[in-house]
Amino acid sequence: MKLNLKIWRQPGPAAAGAMQSYVANDVSEHMSFLEMLDVVNEELQTKGEEPIAFDHDCREGICGTCSLMINGTPHGPKRATTTCQLHMRSFSDGDTITIEPWRAKAFPVLRDLIVDRSPFDRIIASGGFISAPTGSAQDANAILVPKPDSDLAMDAAACIGCGACVAACPNSSAMLFTSAKVAHLGLLPQGQPERDQRVLSMVHQMDLEEFGGCTLFAECEDACPKEISVENIARLNRDLIRATVRDRGQVHVESGAG
Amino acid sequence: MNLDAKVPGGPLADKWDRHLADLRLVSPANKRKFHVIVVGSGLAGASAAASLAELGYQVSCFCFQDSPRRAHSIAAQGGINAAKNYQNDGDSTWRLFYDTIKGGDFRAREANVYRLAQVSANIIDQCVAQGVPFAREYGGMLANRSFGGAQVSRTFYARGQTGQQLLLGAYQALERMIGKGAVKMYSRHEMLELVLVNGRARGIVARDLVTGEMESFAGDAVVLATGGYGNAFFLSTNAKGCNVTAAYRAYKKGAGFANPCFTQIHPTCIPVSGDYQSKLTLMSESLRNDGRVWVPKAHGDSRGPRDVPESERDYYLERKYPSFGNLAPRDIASRAAKEACDDGRGVGPGGRGVYLDFSSSIERLGEQAIRERYGNLFEMYERITGENPYRVPMRIYPAVHYTMGGLWVDYNLMSNLPGLHVVGEANFSDHGANRLGASALMQGLADGYFILPYTIGDYLAGAKLEKVDATHAAFREAEQRASAQLNTFLSINGKRSVDSFHKELGHVMWNECGMARNREGLQRALKKIPEIRAEFWENVKVLGSAETLNQSLEKAGRVADFLEFGELMCQDALQREESCGGHFRTEYQTPDGEAMRNDHDFTHVAIWEYQDGAAPVRHQEPLDFEFVKLATRSYK
Repeated sequence: MKLNLKIWRQPGPAAAGAMQSYVANDVSEHMSFLEMLDVVNEELQTKGEEPIAFDHDCREGICGTCSLMINGTPHGPKRATTTCQLHMRSFSDGDTITIEPWRAKAFPVLRDLIVDRSPFDRIIASGGFISAPTGSAQDANAILVPKPDSDLAMDAAACIGCGACVAACPNSSAMLFTSAKVAHLGLLPQGQPERDQRVLSMVHQMDLEEFGGCTLFAECEDACPKEISVENIARLNRDLIRATVRDRGQVHVESGAG
Repeated sequence: MNLDAKVPGGPLADKWDRHLADLRLVSPANKRKFHVIVVGSGLAGASAAASLAELGYQVSCFCFQDSPRRAHSIAAQGGINAAKNYQNDGDSTWRLFYDTIKGGDFRAREANVYRLAQVSANIIDQCVAQGVPFAREYGGMLANRSFGGAQVSRTFYARGQTGQQLLLGAYQALERMIGKGAVKMYSRHEMLELVLVNGRARGIVARDLVTGEMESFAGDAVVLATGGYGNAFFLSTNAKGCNVTAAYRAYKKGAGFANPCFTQIHPTCIPVSGDYQSKLTLMSESLRNDGRVWVPKAHGDSRGPRDVPESERDYYLERKYPSFGNLAPRDIASRAAKEACDDGRGVGPGGRGVYLDFSSSIERLGEQAIRERYGNLFEMYERITGENPYRVPMRIYPAVHYTMGGLWVDYNLMSNLPGLHVVGEANFSDHGANRLGASALMQGLADGYFILPYTIGDYLAGAKLEKVDATHAAFREAEQRASAQLNTFLSINGKRSVDSFHKELGHVMWNECGMARNREGLQRALKKIPEIRAEFWENVKVLGSAETLNQSLEKAGRVADFLEFGELMCQDALQREESCGGHFRTEYQTPDGEAMRNDHDFTHVAIWEYQDGAAPVRHQEPLDFEFVKLATRSYK
C-alpha cells in the first residue's frame, strides 16, 4: 500500500520544529509501524536527507522506549498495543498518517519524535521503591501474599513507563504512571512500612516536574498499551488523603530526590 | 595473558563460603573513597550498581537507553530458576548445578556454576522483599512452573513478564540510591573506550548521545554489564540497541574474549515475514509446557494444520526425546526444527516454520486456564501475525537469542585486565555451550546482588591504586580516538546505509555461523566478512553531525565493531572442532544426528587475545571436572 505521512521534524531541543510530508511506497501489511519508518528512513538517506529520529529498542512491546502520537492517538489506533507492536494491517492504502512526539511540558522534545522522559525516573527515585538493601531479605515464603492482592499488584506493575498516559491527558498529568507504582507497592505487605511516605514523596516530585493535575478524564487508561486501570488513581488518592492526615502532609526528603 | 581462574580449593559445596571468609574487606569509612563505574543497567548492572552504592561506594552508572529501566533484561518472559525445592519434587543446589552443567554440555567452570546454584535461593528472597509480584498460589505461597532441560519445577515467574518485574525491582533499588545521591546515573550515554592506566582499568570515555559531547570518567574499578552480542546476526530477539561495542573495545584493550562462538538459538520465535524485518520476537519457552511441537509427516503437505489428521503428524520432539519431550533444551529443540524444515516438512511461507499447538491442552484444561497462563503471549502472537493461536496452532522458528560467550572472567568476575569486572550476559562464565531457560535472569542477579559486591571489595582493598582523574593523558588520547572514528564515519560519504551493511553481515553469520556450522561455510564467512568490512569503510553513508543526537552515527560505531567481531566468532567456531551445545559442527555428529563432543581436545575455554594488525591468538583455560563425570548429554 501507499501512505502519505506527515511527520514532526525538529533538529534539536532549542530549534523550531514543523510538520513535513513524506510518501511511503510498497508498505506491506505485515510490517510493524516502526519497520515502515525504517523503510522511509532508508529512502531518505539514499536521497541524502537525515533520517527521522524516533525512540525504539525492544520492538516487542515491553521496554517502553517507543512512543509516537499517531493520528492524535498515543501508540496509534489499536487498543492495548505499543507503536512497535502496531502492524500496518491496521491502515489502508492511501491513508494519511500524522506522526508527532509526545506533547507535554514535562517531556521536552530532544529531536524529531524523541522526547526526554527522565521526569519519570525522578518520580521513582523520590519514593517508588521498597527499601530492601541487598542481603537483608528473609525467606521468600515467610510472608504470605493473598493471590488476589498479588494479581492486582502485578496488574499495576505491568506499566512500561512509556508516557502515553501523559501524552493522552488534556492536563499532561502523570497520575496514571505514578499511581500504578503507588498501587503496586501499596498492595503488598512488604510495601506497608513506607506506604505513607511513598505517596507523599512521589506526588510532591510529580508536581515539581510540572506535570498537570489529574481531573479524571481517564484518557490515560484508554491510551495505555498495558491497560493500567484508573482504579490505581483512586488507590493513590485514598493513600494520599490517609498519609496527609496521618503525617500532616510532611514530605521527608531524606529518602527521596529533592 | 594471565588466565588464572582463581578457583578456591576444597570441596565444591564449601568453595564459595571459604572464599568469602578469605576475601579482603574495605572498611565503611574507606568505601566512600572508591569510585566504581558500572556500564549497563540491566539485571546485572542495576543490581550491581544498587548493591555497591548500598555498601557505601561512590557509583556512576551508564546506559545508552533513555532510562535504566529500558535495558533488554526487561524482555525476558518465562522465569527465573532457583533451587528452593518449594515443590518438594527433589530439587536441590546440587541438582540445579548439575542440570546447568549438563545443559551447558560440560563446557562451563564447575565452581562458578555451583556458586550460581547456591545463591539462586537468595535472589528470590531479595526480589520478594523488593516487591516483585511473582505468581502465587491461593494459599499465598509462591508458584513455580517447569522449564526446558529440567525435570523439577523450580522456575519462579511473574506472568509472561518475569524479566520486566525483576528489572523493575533492580531499577527501583537503583533509583532509590540515585535519589539518595549515592549513584550518579548517566542515561543516553554510550561507552566508547575503556581507559587503562598502568595496566589497570581506571575509567571510560562515553559519548552523551543527546549533545554528542565526548566525556571522560575516571574511577577505581570498571564493571561491564553490557549484555550479549546476538545482534551480530542483525536479526535476533535482542533489542535493536543491543551491541558488542563496550565488550569489544575492552577486548581491543587486552581483555580476553572467551568462547565467542557459543551462541544460543531459541527454538520458539515468530518466523521471519519479509526483507523489511527488523527483529525477531520470542515466544516464551514456558509455552512448551502446554504446547506440542509438530510438523506433517509427509513432505510438502500444504493442508491447513486442522486438516492434517493426528496420525499424519510428527510430534518430533516427543518422538525423539521421550523423557523430556517438548521440554528438550533449547539447542536440541532448535536443531530438530531446522532438521524438519531442511527435510521439506516445514510449514508456513517459505517452509521455515513448525507448529506449536495448544489444542490438546485447551481440550484438557479449558481455554480459560491457558489464557491465564499465557494470555499476554497469545495476544502478542496475534498482534504480530494476525492469527488467533487459540484456534490455529502458532507457527514458530528458531532465532538468535542469547550469547553464552563473553569476556573472560576469573572466579571473582574480574577479567585478565586488573580492575575490569564483567557481569551478566557480557561475561562467559556460567552457561557453557548452551544456557538453560530461566537461567539468564538468575545469573545476572547472582552476579550483581550476591557475587560482585563481595569480590570487588577484595580487589579494591588490595590494589594500591594511585590517584587518577579524568585529566590524565590516557583519557585525552581515548577521547581523541573515539572522536576520530566518528568523524571518519561522517566523512566517508558513500552510498550505502549502516543498516544495509549490518543486514549483509547478519545474513552471512546466520547462514555460516548459525544453528549448524561446518569448515567450508566458516571459511567462506571468514573470506566474506573482511570484504563487507572493507566496503563499509569506503562506502558507508552517515549523515548529520557528531554534535547532535544522531542515531545513524551511533549505529555506525556498533556495526563497525560487529564487522570485526563476527570474524572472531567464525574463527572460534572454526577452531572448535567438535559439536557441543549451541555450537553444532555438522562434521561432528553421531549417526542419529546428535552433537558429538571431543572431550579429549576441547574440554577447555577458548580465550582470544587481540593483536593490533595481526590475527588474534587463541589461549586455553582447561576445564577440570573434579566433581561431575563428563557424560554424553542425553534427553532421550
